[in-house]
Amino acid sequence: MADSGKRLVQLADRIAYLIDVKGSCEWANLKDLLEKARGLRESVFDMTEDALRFEIERIEERVSFLEERVAEKLTPAETVNIVRSVQRFTLSDILENVYDSYTELGGDGDCNVDPAVVVARATVTRRVKRRTYSHQVMVIGHEKGRGEEFRNGGCAKPWGNDKALRYMKVAETEGIPIHFFIFTPGSFPIEDFPGAAQQIARNLYSMAVLRVPTVSFISEGGSGGAEAIGLSDFRLMASRGYYSVISPEGAAAIEGKIREGQKVPRELVEHCATQLHITARDNLSLGTVDRVVNEPPLGARREDYAFFRRLRYEMIRATDEVVLRTKSFRAVRAYALKRQSQEAKGVPEDFDALISWTLDDLEIERLLELRAKKYRVMGKGFYTENRSRLLRPLGGARNLARKIYYEVRYGLLRPHKRNVQKVIEEVSSEGSVFFRKVTGPVKAAYDFMFPQPEGEVKPARAEVQDRKSIFVEEWETYVSPLANEDRIVTCPNAARYGCLDLWVPDLYGEFCGVCSTCGHHFPLEYRWYLEYLADKGSVREFNAHVASGNPLKFEGFDARLRRDRARTGRRSGIITFDARVQGIRVVVAMLFGDFRNGTVGAAEGEKFVRACDRARTTRRPLLSYVHTTGGIRIHEGTLGVVQMPKCTLAVREYVDSGGLYIVVYDNNSYAGPVASFLGCSPYQFAIRSSRIGFAGPRVIRETTGEDVPPDYHSAKNALRRGHIQGIWDRRDFRKNLHDALITMGGPHLYYK
Amino acid sequence: MKSMDINLNDLLRRYRAHPFEDYRVEIPHTGVVTFKVSEGQQVHGPEGQWLHRPGTLLCLLDRERNVKHITAPCSGEVAQIRSDLDGLFVEAGLEVLSIRYRLGKEQIIDRILTEVLHLLPAPQRARYFFAPEIASKLEKRPQGEVTLQQGDEALVMSLMKRDTPVYYDAVPGVIFKVYFRPGGIVEQGAPLLGVCPPEKLQYVQKIIQRIKTEWEE
Repeated sequence: MADSGKRLVQLADRIAYLIDVKGSCEWANLKDLLEKARGLRESVFDMTEDALRFEIERIEERVSFLEERVAEKLTPAETVNIVRSVQRFTLSDILENVYDSYTELGGDGDCNVDPAVVVARATVTRRVKRRTYSHQVMVIGHEKGRGEEFRNGGCAKPWGNDKALRYMKVAETEGIPIHFFIFTPGSFPIEDFPGAAQQIARNLYSMAVLRVPTVSFISEGGSGGAEAIGLSDFRLMASRGYYSVISPEGAAAIEGKIREGQKVPRELVEHCATQLHITARDNLSLGTVDRVVNEPPLGARREDYAFFRRLRYEMIRATDEVVLRTKSFRAVRAYALKRQSQEAKGVPEDFDALISWTLDDLEIERLLELRAKKYRVMGKGFYTENRSRLLRPLGGARNLARKIYYEVRYGLLRPHKRNVQKVIEEVSSEGSVFFRKVTGPVKAAYDFMFPQPEGEVKPARAEVQDRKSIFVEEWETYVSPLANEDRIVTCPNAARYGCLDLWVPDLYGEFCGVCSTCGHHFPLEYRWYLEYLADKGSVREFNAHVASGNPLKFEGFDARLRRDRARTGRRSGIITFDARVQGIRVVVAMLFGDFRNGTVGAAEGEKFVRACDRARTTRRPLLSYVHTTGGIRIHEGTLGVVQMPKCTLAVREYVDSGGLYIVVYDNNSYAGPVASFLGCSPYQFAIRSSRIGFAGPRVIRETTGEDVPPDYHSAKNALRRGHIQGIWDRRDFRKNLHDALITMGGPHLYYK
Repeated sequence: MKSMDINLNDLLRRYRAHPFEDYRVEIPHTGVVTFKVSEGQQVHGPEGQWLHRPGTLLCLLDRERNVKHITAPCSGEVAQIRSDLDGLFVEAGLEVLSIRYRLGKEQIIDRILTEVLHLLPAPQRARYFFAPEIASKLEKRPQGEVTLQQGDEALVMSLMKRDTPVYYDAVPGVIFKVYFRPGGIVEQGAPLLGVCPPEKLQYVQKIIQRIKTEWEE
């Protein structure tokens, strides 16, 4: 009887799980079936053993049949339901069953900096030829909890991600690999210091050069939250997990233009889940994950010990592969081949060899190179290059020539020149001291006899450049087309500051879109900045042929792309160009709002990376001017999300090579780009009246359940929170940028 | 005492008979007005924790193709509306509609107190602080026990980096209500203190008590 009771409990769990997966109890009368199972459990002692067994077997048969039917045609929306089910395994199950022992660091249950992020020092063992060997690893992941409210469903708060980063650095110091486990629907969208976006950016920036092997496992990969601990050398994904740029509900709300508070139709959610290509198979084919870890047909649950065994094997193998790749090509190949032969038979009991996970300096350098290369190719081929075949080799040759020229100029000649300069400076300064002692008394006597007026002090090289500027005369010729309207507008601050109404030709002409009373900045088109920011005629666009596409064949998106192309005459949401700012040559990447709201997809990411490369090759400062960005382009799914690590890695390479990277935000800058390649800059500024943040007010309200003040994302508040370093007036943009380049870049504008 | 009771009853009766107040909506500048509400319609004022969600749209004011939205500043009912002006050019400061809203307990108490207490108005638009002596007394004893005599230095007016004492020159009494936040800017003529003569104190407290218990919102 006791056994029957246990079987009935398990049956009820299986039915409840099926209800979770289907998202409704109406399908195949699951509700009745569940009630029947529960009813039987209550009347266990009222029935004879045979009758009870007969009933249980009947229900079991029915449930098994239904499970098979669901597994046969599992939709992406149902995969999302699997991941969100309370019966799915969590990080604590993994720590218990995959690792042999572990100690949680920096927290215990709700007594924690952020209970949604769990960090543990763990030991994982492997058997080689009947001997057991253990490895030390750092485990960092999201804990969704078992109904515990304080876990926030695995939504990491900024300080949770900060904790993760702290322990990544501990692992780096100790030289032990890191295993990341991603179980998050997204990051908790609050701007309090250190800030959701800024902290993710900091994590990515640090993870780009983490000097230990890293492996990540994705069960629920919700956009930026996932990336905060997702940049790794090897990315595994659960076969019934999802990895997406946005939740299907969020995408449906945007696509269907659903108003806040209204219910999103289920069909639309299912449609979006399919369109977003969020499943493991989709991600593997897109190249955003490296391998899929197989789960049972309906996903692994907490007691799925066979799955945990497989996961342990996969984690060890993945770490081995990362380590072996840094050693020699032949060894990796042999290992991979062996893996294929053994994998067919199931999870092997023993490993072929013991591989040490400790790397020497050379191997670490190779590890970082491979990591950079891995992300560099992500998303490649998912944009189009509108250039004739004849021109392609020409472009390549030009790039090579430029590289050689600048390498010779800055790599070979510049250090010599500097050394010679240094010697001359030292000799001349020492010589002048000696010479002054001899000539001093004579000069003093001469000055006394024939006093001279004091001459001008010779300025430093940077200041000479500054004096060359005649910028005011140059930009006055361009007037915004917005000024061609005969009407007046009211400043949004009129009620508070009593601003006078403004005549549009004055506002967008003479006033440069700035309220003459309170200084509020009205939005201006990106072309105004192109004309105003750079010296006249100095803008030279490059990579304009790289065009955004519709790699996921998102329904209706082609038409929208065509419309934006026709409207703007551009092929992507970013313009990259060489320019001069008061004589200083810079490389600029400008995200602009007219094309798909400045969202970042594969083409934009590629263009940004190429801009970083160009700035590195030519040893010029890199400016990211964000006219507007709405985040990562949802229509490109995870191909868009991987632009976050990809671009951050490119920035890191550029900055580490000695480059000066400045970011200037304008209008609206939100989400993924801010949480990666923009937010990681040490020098971030904002144009007045702009808004910077991770998620907009609606998303914050829907996620946290709390309203935010209207000025929550204002530049002023971003400055207060320490996210940016200053607020610039639009009219002083050029001057301030020049000052920043001189101040932060020093006389060479490039550190090395 | 009897006469006071009668006064109190009269006051309450007056407010009970007409527990409303009208908010007059004036046009901020010239333009063509287009009404979006009708007489008798319920409107709501700004909402949200920071009053960031504007109230009901009352009318549009179009000047030089700049359409300005005039929204309801408070909740209530549109009492009077100048429908005859709809679609016409109007002058600045013209009253185009009024919103009738029901007074709450606190508002009734405030209004009655302004009639019963001796108010000390702000002589200028400036920052005001309590005089040190009064401030220390208020710290030790609750409001309603600190007495002001004629000629007492009650407040300090801080304007253009100069502190000027403000002397109390009305009938002696206790400080019953403070209408300003020390250090905050107060407009000229706005009440600073409400002083109640000791013999009227019981009567005032009775008013408040009765309104709190009898007034239905």
